[in-house]
Amino acid sequence: MIHMPSIISVADLSKTYKSGLSALSGINLEIERGEIFALLGPNGAGKTTLINIICGIVTPSGGKVTADGHDIITDYRAARTKIGLVPQELTTSAFETVWATVSFSRGLFGKPANPAIIEKILKDLSLWDKRDSKIRQLSGGMKRRVLIAKALAHEPTILFLDEPTAGVDVELRRDMWNMVRKLREAGVTIILTTHYIDEAEEMADRIGVINKGQIILVEEKASLMRKLGRKQLSLQLHDKLESVPDALASYKLELAPSGLELTYTYDAQAESRIPNLLTAISGAGIVFKDLHTSQSSLEDIFVNLVSNRA
Amino acid sequence: MNGPAVAAIYSFEMARTFRTIVQSIVSPVLTTSLYFVVFGSAIGARMTEIDGVPYGAFIVPGLIMLSVLTESISNSSLGIYFPKFTGTIYEILSAPISAVEIVMGFVGAAATKSLMIGVIILATAALFVPLHIEHPVWMVVFLLLMSIGFSLFGFILGVWADGFEKLSFVPVLIITPLTFLGGSFYSIDMLPPFWHTVTLFNPVVYIISLFRWSFFGTSDVSVGVSLAMTLSFIAACLAFITWIFKTGYKLKS
Repeated sequence: MIHMPSIISVADLSKTYKSGLSALSGINLEIERGEIFALLGPNGAGKTTLINIICGIVTPSGGKVTADGHDIITDYRAARTKIGLVPQELTTSAFETVWATVSFSRGLFGKPANPAIIEKILKDLSLWDKRDSKIRQLSGGMKRRVLIAKALAHEPTILFLDEPTAGVDVELRRDMWNMVRKLREAGVTIILTTHYIDEAEEMADRIGVINKGQIILVEEKASLMRKLGRKQLSLQLHDKLESVPDALASYKLELAPSGLELTYTYDAQAESRIPNLLTAISGAGIVFKDLHTSQSSLEDIFVNLVSNRA
Repeated sequence: MNGPAVAAIYSFEMARTFRTIVQSIVSPVLTTSLYFVVFGSAIGARMTEIDGVPYGAFIVPGLIMLSVLTESISNSSLGIYFPKFTGTIYEILSAPISAVEIVMGFVGAAATKSLMIGVIILATAALFVPLHIEHPVWMVVFLLLMSIGFSLFGFILGVWADGFEKLSFVPVLIITPLTFLGGSFYSIDMLPPFWHTVTLFNPVVYIISLFRWSFFGTSDVSVGVSLAMTLSFIAACLAFITWIFKTGYKLKS
């Protein structure tokens, strides 16, 4: 496999605000071309600061960032032309029409006017009917769509979505997820931050966890789930059991106080032991009438990670 | 050079002007007409000529400058302050656009509007008093310089202000008094020696004097000194704006 250089490369990035608050320290991060990368972290972890530095809104205190090979400071024009940003806050001007504000964004990013592209973007975001409406007349969800349209107006190849679905209804959330997938198919790299772990679980190829200004983990979603995901196998027993038979001691089974349920906790590496366990259980003469397995969600993993390092 | 970006900011700001056309254009014209009625006709009828110029005509350059200065400052400052206030400044900061281009867009639009207002007031004045402009080319050059200079100043004010109160503070409490006391309605030669000296510390005196010279060929202070003062004011604004963008002062953290 030919290794493509990362589309965004962050090296030893740090940011200390004037107030003395250290928002980021020693951040190293590579975003691969064409992926959906989810950045998770509690409030105040540094997610928005990191995004704002890459986009040019906040000045870094140290370190280096390149976007598609262009340094974001010395070669900011080329770097920023590639990047679109949908900010967290619903910051829109009030008196312009949807059409005017989206066209404005395209011009601001140095692209010549192209009504066909603006039309396509507005249609894709179900904003076409609202093109002549003033922004202040729109609902919150519609404003969010306008911000996305503005970010896409100059056809960026990297899109930052800072908490795109905060305070958004279910329908818009689904729409947004579909849009993100479509953009990815078109070759756009997407970096999103979110509080909603199910969002990351549903969308992301890779996940980074940031806490207290440091990246504490970057991992492919699937392998992260495998590695850290705890699984449990529960067996509902036919007959009450007084204690776990010695023959099964090596599995460290837990017996519920009722004596009617056995629980086996394992991780991905121990999956292969399941058939042996079941054989051993029937060998010990234990009859079960039902069984089910459960897997910890990304949310559990995340809470675990953040609290372990706190 | 990111031409489309300058054009985008410029037309966005001009659209704002035309959206608020009454407030933008009609109100300065109305105010100026009132000045003519009160100062020009009512009081002017009892005044003698100043430096050989009828009083009604004498106040025209000062009235134009009064509007151009305050409008340049308030338009330009609001232009950059409003995105800061609503948060939409994020887009300008994240765009592939240089400081010079941002200033060209905002200040260019504010100066254009001031220029329009200046020309409209001049036309309105021509309805009240017979006007003869001695140096029309210089008149246009000065009008342009003042519009740009004070729009630059307004831009600085807009970046500095962190509330609407501060925004209106400078035009209302500093520029308007300075303009009134800067010889808009009288020649500073009419003042007693002490106040004459005090007045020379008012930068607006040089601006009005310079502008009046282009109309009537006479001035309170020498043309060379006035021009030098005006150009150094513009240079100081440019230097300060350069510093703002270099350090990110109040725009970037």
